[in-house]
Amino acid sequence: MKTLEIPTFECETGNYHTFCPISCVAWLYQKIEDSFFLVVGTKTRGYFLQNALGVMIFAEPRYAMAESEEGDISAQLNDQKELERICLRVKDDRNPSVIIWIGTRTTEIIKMDLEGIAPKLEKQLGIPIVVARANGLDHAFTQGEDTALAATTHRCPEYNHRTTNQQKGDVVKHIVVDVVSDDKSLDEGGKSNRCNLVLFGSLPSSVASQSNLESRRQSVSVSGWLPSQRYTELPALGEGVYVCGVNPFLSRTATTLMRRRKCQLVGAPFPIGPDGTRAWIEKICLVFDVKPDGLEERENQIWKNLSDYLDIITGKSVFSMGDNLLEISLARFLIRCGMVVYEVGIPYMDRRYQAAELLLLQHTCEKMKKPMPRIVEKPDNYSQVQRMHELQPDLAITGMAHANPLEARDIDTKWSVEFTFAQIHGSVNARDALELVTRPLRRKSDSVLGLDCRSLSRQTVDV
Amino acid sequence: MKLAYWMYAGPAHIGTLRVASSSRNVHAIMHAPLGDDYFNVMRSTSERERDFTPVTASVADRHVLARGSQEKVINNISRKDEEQHPDLIVLTPTCTSSILQEDLQNFVDRASLSSESDVIPADVNYHRVNELQAADRTLEQIIRFYMDRARKRSTLDRSVTDAPSANIIGIFTLGFHNQHDCRELKRLPGESGIAVNQVIPEGGSLKYLKDLPRAWFNTVPYREVGLMTAAFSEKEYGMPYISITPMGISNTADFIAQIGKLVNVWAFALPEKRLNYKLYVDNQTKFVSQAAWFSKSIDCQNLAGKEAAIFGDATHAASITKILVKEMGIRVSCSGTYCKHDAERFNEQVQGLCDEVIVTENHTEVGDTIARIEPSAIFGTQMERHIGKRIDIPCGVISSPVHIQNFPLGYRPFLGYEGTNQIADLIYNSFNLGMEDHSLDVFGGHDTKEVSTKSLSTDRRDINWTPEAESEPNRIPGFVRGKTKKNTEVFAKGNNISEITIDVMYAAKEKSSP
Ligand code: SF4
Repeated sequence: MKTLEIPTFECETGNYHTFCPISCVAWLYQKIEDSFFLVVGTKTRGYFLQNALGVMIFAEPRYAMAESEEGDISAQLNDQKELERICLRVKDDRNPSVIIWIGTRTTEIIKMDLEGIAPKLEKQLGIPIVVARANGLDHAFTQGEDTALAATTHRCPEYNHRTTNQQKGDVVKHIVVDVVSDDKSLDEGGKSNRCNLVLFGSLPSSVASQSNLESRRQSVSVSGWLPSQRYTELPALGEGVYVCGVNPFLSRTATTLMRRRKCQLVGAPFPIGPDGTRAWIEKICLVFDVKPDGLEERENQIWKNLSDYLDIITGKSVFSMGDNLLEISLARFLIRCGMVVYEVGIPYMDRRYQAAELLLLQHTCEKMKKPMPRIVEKPDNYSQVQRMHELQPDLAITGMAHANPLEARDIDTKWSVEFTFAQIHGSVNARDALELVTRPLRRKSDSVLGLDCRSLSRQTVDV
Repeated sequence: MKLAYWMYAGPAHIGTLRVASSSRNVHAIMHAPLGDDYFNVMRSTSERERDFTPVTASVADRHVLARGSQEKVINNISRKDEEQHPDLIVLTPTCTSSILQEDLQNFVDRASLSSESDVIPADVNYHRVNELQAADRTLEQIIRFYMDRARKRSTLDRSVTDAPSANIIGIFTLGFHNQHDCRELKRLPGESGIAVNQVIPEGGSLKYLKDLPRAWFNTVPYREVGLMTAAFSEKEYGMPYISITPMGISNTADFIAQIGKLVNVWAFALPEKRLNYKLYVDNQTKFVSQAAWFSKSIDCQNLAGKEAAIFGDATHAASITKILVKEMGIRVSCSGTYCKHDAERFNEQVQGLCDEVIVTENHTEVGDTIARIEPSAIFGTQMERHIGKRIDIPCGVISSPVHIQNFPLGYRPFLGYEGTNQIADLIYNSFNLGMEDHSLDVFGGHDTKEVSTKSLSTDRRDINWTPEAESEPNRIPGFVRGKTKKNTEVFAKGNNISEITIDVMYAAKEKSSP
């Protein structure tokens, strides 16, 4: 057997654009319906949030800033008193089941003891207070969710047989509703009791129930999600519970689940793209000793349905600048679609947590006879732009700061954040993911501009 | 600490970055953690910038926390110097640097030794000033730096131009309709025989700053940014300046009259004869601008006495207030600004023009005020537009903060004579939209529309409406429905009634009608 090309990792300066990790608030507050997020920080943070979230901010969101003032920073004001006052107001106005404090770099630098204050206020107010320190002097974008989930992990009830069996009843009922048409779901109540599988990662509820369904098809039932739709419904964790991540940026949560809650981690590729979804389920089946059924046909069917999109992208090249940690899974999927990936920038690479995904990437490259992409951790955007000028990729997956300038230099781009917000998980959503990737490419061929609009910038190339 | 959901003016470093990235070949290096370079996204998306925003971060990570960022900042400065050869590098502090209390001046001193570019640290205090004040300050700092240096090197050109000319100060990136205003502003003095010497900072090159004093005078179209620079040039270089915003017919006329005064002082030295600015204004007002004619037309008569609420930055809110009241006969119930630092002057300007003045940075206060007044139209920022949406009142956007739709591709100045046309459209359309909606209501078009309580505060309601009473207000035309409903609730509260029935409604109505 031919040996696989081993991935090599490079590390650059870390001068790249990404969103601040507190932006996770934007999707987490929507996911956990009875939560309230309080970001403790300075004006910069608030300004960022309000601009990044655009219209959402007007919808009476369940999050706010506790904006520190000069007095807080010089510690003239008592942190605890201040937070108490603010949380009381939040309680009165919105009455949430949990308040999640997002610590920022400000609290970090001035060493505000959020962890120490929270338990005291929790008692006083009678509302759970979870502290997630975006702790991110070196964390990027989606890793914010990771810190928030890792902190929430400690609040999940302890797993023990009696309570779980009770809960199971609910879960089964719930799932049957989801899959009325699926006759298999009814006859395997006995089997599903063996598996205590909790999935972690925040997905829109429709995507989550699709994933439930996929694993249900293989007679593995999902006993809970972290995060759940409501804070009050967090899944039970403990010895004997298997956990599996649905997103590549959840390494801290994975570690916490293993070390602190004694759960068993199922290391699998992530369910992005039909190939990823299949590999993900196969791995889960393997763990629960279930023989996967009909997965291959299902995958082939999905690829067939994608053929119109595949025609557009096969043979095209991609350069991914890197800002949200989905990059490896996405590259693997795109290579399987027949694209050539030149470079995968990624803010941070946890080789253990992503091991299965990396392996699948290698296999995919071999299978598709494509070179292994160059993987660049902590990329340097300036150097990347230089490299792009040489490589002239057909598509750059990039942040919004670079998209318009690159377009003006005739490099088609796709905003990377869209992959974070769009539904791209599971076989069902593979089409949506490709819809995003192909959009700039489709637009181009449709273009009616007769003029030579190839370069619309006056700036010299090397800038 | 304070609880905040929304802010009108951004943090200080945004102001500095806006000024720095507007000048040509200036690079800003932010001393900030990862993710704080959100400015680049704003500029690239909102302004649809074609070029890379000349801002990079010198990332403050754990490492920096432990050892200080001196080496890193200096390396980043030299690297930019080599890669892009900017004329100037502005080291921009963020809250992080203010908390870490690092000595940026010291970094700059060391970096300038080896760098070809000039390097200065932006001198803004993160906690004391907001975006606009910081922009004002940074602009002054840069101009001062180059003018003083030119003076020391005796390259400063202090001979005024032969023909009258002006500098336009304060046009810059991400400013509300700034690009269009700039074009209109160049035209305005141009037509009255005055050349534009320089526009700063937008698109200007630092090399030419030494020629700034050649202009006969400076104009500062927006109060928020540029006044410090103008005041400095007046004090140090004796240049007079005009700080009237030429927005609306009468302000524009005042603006041109000022120009006339300044130019005609030199009349004896002019080769041609005196310019007649009055004639120019007259002609423009009557025939170029449609606004004067509009205010006489039947359309505008219909607006007379209608109520409006206004909120925005000091420049726009004050000017629009004046236009509505003096040029269109509309009643302004409330006019306000979030520019707290300019409150005194704002009060002075809208004095006597409106019933109520509100100066606040708190959007809930603005929302509640608007909900209480229930004007027929709102003129405000994007925030007020959304407030309007929730309580069903049309809103025209007249000031930052704004979204991408407020960076139109088409020509939409707010200043000058073309600006008066644009504003007239904006105002008329806003009111008209509301009227159309109401007449639909009157003729039963929207009878399924839910009753709006027109309250924005999060107070829980402790008054119940019986179903019959609830449906009753639907028979009242929309534009009075909210008021009726509220009066009823106030009446109920005042009389300790906890359930509103039809009887209570009519009782309330009797009480409130004269
Ligand atoms: S202190 Fe840090 S986290 Fe807070 S706004 Fe400033 S740079 Fe951002």
